[in-house]
Amino acid sequence: MKDLVGIKEISRQEIEEILNTARAFKEVLTRDIKKVPTLRGKTAINLFFEPSTRTRTSFELAEKRLSLDVLNFSVSTSSVVKGETLYDTLKTIESYNVDYIVIRHSASGAAKFVADNTPACVINAGDGTNEHPTQALLDAFSIVEVKGKLDGLKIAIVGDIIHSRVARSNLYLLSKFDTEITFVGPPTLLPSDVPSNVSISYDLKKGIKDADVVMLLRIQLERQKGAFIPSLKEYFHVWGLKGDAFSYLKKDAIVMHPGPMNRGVEISSEIADSPRSIILRQVTNGIATRMAVIYLLTRREV
Amino acid sequence: MEKELLNYEEIERILTRITYEILEKNKGTEDICLIGIVTGGVYLAERIRKKIKENEGLNVPMGILDISFYRDDINIKGKKKEIKPTNIPFQIDGKKVVLVDDVLYTGRSTRAAMDALMDFGRPAEIQLAVLIDRGHRELPIMANYTGKYIPTARNEKIKVYLKEISGKDSVVLITQ
Amino acid sequence: MKIIIHNAWVVDPFTDKEGVASITVEEGIITKIQWGKKEKGEKKHKKNSSNILEINAHGLYIFPGLIDMHAHLREPGFEHKETIRTGTKAAISGGFTTICCMANTNPVNDNPEVTYYILAKAREEGCCDVYPIGAITKGLKGEELSEMAMLREAGCVAFSDDGMPVTNSLIMKRALEYSKAIGSPIISHCEDLALSEGGVMNEGKMSFLLGLKGIPREAEEVMVARDILLSKYTKAPIHIAHVSTKGAIELIKRAKEENLPVTAETCPHYFTLTEKAVDGYKTDAKVNPPLRTEEDMEAIKEALKEDILDVIATDHAPHHEGEKKVPFQEAANGISGLETALSLSLKLVKDGILNLRQLIEKLTVNPAKILKISKKGLKENSEADFIIVDLGYKWKVNKKDFASLGKNTPFDGWNLEGKVLYTFKGKKFFDMSGEKN
Ligand SMILES: [Zn+2]
Ligand SMILES: [Zn+2]
Repeated sequence: MKDLVGIKEISRQEIEEILNTARAFKEVLTRDIKKVPTLRGKTAINLFFEPSTRTRTSFELAEKRLSLDVLNFSVSTSSVVKGETLYDTLKTIESYNVDYIVIRHSASGAAKFVADNTPACVINAGDGTNEHPTQALLDAFSIVEVKGKLDGLKIAIVGDIIHSRVARSNLYLLSKFDTEITFVGPPTLLPSDVPSNVSISYDLKKGIKDADVVMLLRIQLERQKGAFIPSLKEYFHVWGLKGDAFSYLKKDAIVMHPGPMNRGVEISSEIADSPRSIILRQVTNGIATRMAVIYLLTRREV
Repeated sequence: MEKELLNYEEIERILTRITYEILEKNKGTEDICLIGIVTGGVYLAERIRKKIKENEGLNVPMGILDISFYRDDINIKGKKKEIKPTNIPFQIDGKKVVLVDDVLYTGRSTRAAMDALMDFGRPAEIQLAVLIDRGHRELPIMANYTGKYIPTARNEKIKVYLKEISGKDSVVLITQ
Repeated sequence: MKIIIHNAWVVDPFTDKEGVASITVEEGIITKIQWGKKEKGEKKHKKNSSNILEINAHGLYIFPGLIDMHAHLREPGFEHKETIRTGTKAAISGGFTTICCMANTNPVNDNPEVTYYILAKAREEGCCDVYPIGAITKGLKGEELSEMAMLREAGCVAFSDDGMPVTNSLIMKRALEYSKAIGSPIISHCEDLALSEGGVMNEGKMSFLLGLKGIPREAEEVMVARDILLSKYTKAPIHIAHVSTKGAIELIKRAKEENLPVTAETCPHYFTLTEKAVDGYKTDAKVNPPLRTEEDMEAIKEALKEDILDVIATDHAPHHEGEKKVPFQEAANGISGLETALSLSLKLVKDGILNLRQLIEKLTVNPAKILKISKKGLKENSEADFIIVDLGYKWKVNKKDFASLGKNTPFDGWNLEGKVLYTFKGKKFFDMSGEKN
């Protein structure tokens, strides 16, 4: 595998391989010295065209713990010149002889574009509303840790599905296993046409009461202007996960959120801080999963 | 062409001998711990641990170590995809660590294992126990306990079957 | 030079004639058309002797030169994408001897100066007839009407704001009213910009899965409905550009049943491709309106058959490589279509959807009628303006061979059937048969 452009592009077997490798890296992270010399002498660049401190930090830690040399390029620095095309930026970066390019970009398909045009390994850290594959992998890793498996699970994904790359990557990943998926949210934030293994619910309670896993998505404030929902208050009132959910959720259902979460919008503190929430575990697993992905990719020799 | 070098009885005898040697060299079990290198070394270490228990009546600590992340040849041989999580559930500081591996060859795996151990702490001593030493060392490494020394050619292969994985105990030499 | 073409099968919707004929062309004029088969079966296609070129066209077809009523020539202003010289060359190699160029140049063709410039350039450097289409509104801003009468006088044959559709219904109504006095139609690119905002492909399951913002079919249909109503209201003719949806066709069908002055075109990509062509973020398949679904594609074919769609136009929209070699949502819209249009259209004949005559009408006489371009077809003592086509010629599209500067085609590498071998345009004679004299 040269790149991780999307979950769409990889097989179930490759996903399992990544999850297995992530288990080994998770052990590394429990050591006093949380660093292995595996990729010493190689270089990674984090190319962030959209700001995201969390994802960038997670990748950077993963890279450093694999002993990679790390460069950070972001739009806020002058390194990415305004008006320069992605292709030109890429060619400049290539001349630094980097081995791994982690890219976050606002255009769907940007990661594939970069992967197609470079011999370096490319990891998609989020491209537009297309995919965020490492998030889906770390979610799967976290679910397997708690539930022991993915097959046979019912998963509800709640929130802004149409604008969510996390939802898409999770949809692709879960669809490669024997799972039942329900999208839950207001009609303006759900797709009108969905794959056959997905059902749709506009009703939070009905949508999540049988779920083994409830995945909440972030409501992006900047998307408010499109009049998708009247207000955040109303969203929380109708689709926010609140304490009363304890009364109807399955006893062993777990709650996830890719972060950063908006308390009082997608989730109440009561739920976020309850033992059902595995949100903090997701963060730790993010580093292990990203280490696994980086470890498993192999550059194309030219 | 395959030729059996060791059978079940011989392997058992060798492991018993190595167990005695470990106990003798370390004057008992104090501060000893065993660490098996994935995959074959883990089962051998487990057997040595049992034999120590039979003799001394106590369990010495045992861990397993996957050296994949410490290899120096991933650019040449590619990456190993099935990695077992390392599990060393005790402090190794000040301990006498006996690394257990099935075959000692170039010495590079042992080097990787020692580097890995150093990341876990500062053992008082590292010793090495191997079932087979087939020669061709590329690093200045020697085993403290050697089951059997078998001179081989570079193009030959040594295959170690252990009943925990293969259902039988046997060491064979494969010649192309 | 005298050129005699023997025994071609002529299909001419202008004169309403079809049959075997031999045609003589001298100094750019058709001097003789002799109907009926001549016993002069040369094996070679052509023979050069003492300044007479004879082409044995047995098994080949002659059509009037094709007319593309919707192309973008990019000059003035975007000469890195295309020039009048390269665009008309592309037209010739695709069998088009007349093309109409949209107003979205820089400066916009919203005043006679630009029209004159385009026409002068076409005369000096062009290979075929060029008829400019003027802007409906100044600067394509949708606010004030451009000087349509003066544009008409300068040589514009229609008015359109194409890619920048007139959103204000009142302005559109005025434009329609005003155009009646001028006698040239309004061509409308139907798109509700609020519904399509940010969209880059057809809206549906596919756009959701690719994470691309969709353009609903309704964005097109809402405006088709509006423009039909305004045409009915003003009694002014309207021509609907590049129809891509089944719903739009239903609206046009109803308008035609009511005998409203509504005509419509589609483009080869809408009856050849679906949204699947964009999978993998293929920017060469990014067009506006976007490629739709199988259902729409089938409806378009049916509408061509039923003459609900009058015209096949290319919407030739050449772009520089750098404008397509970017992430999908940043890529320019458009397909460089002149050089594949005829072959893709001939497939409709091969598949039994259209007969040959019907297809040629949509590529010649129908656009000429809508735009009131005087074309005589194949007639003695008129200008030679026709093409010789081998319907069975198999070829592989190689965008590198395009005469157009725009190599943006989703058909690169496709195996097509049917190709123009010779194009006659007045004194200009283009030989694309690849045969040696
Ligand atoms: Zn248009
Ligand atoms: Zn156009």
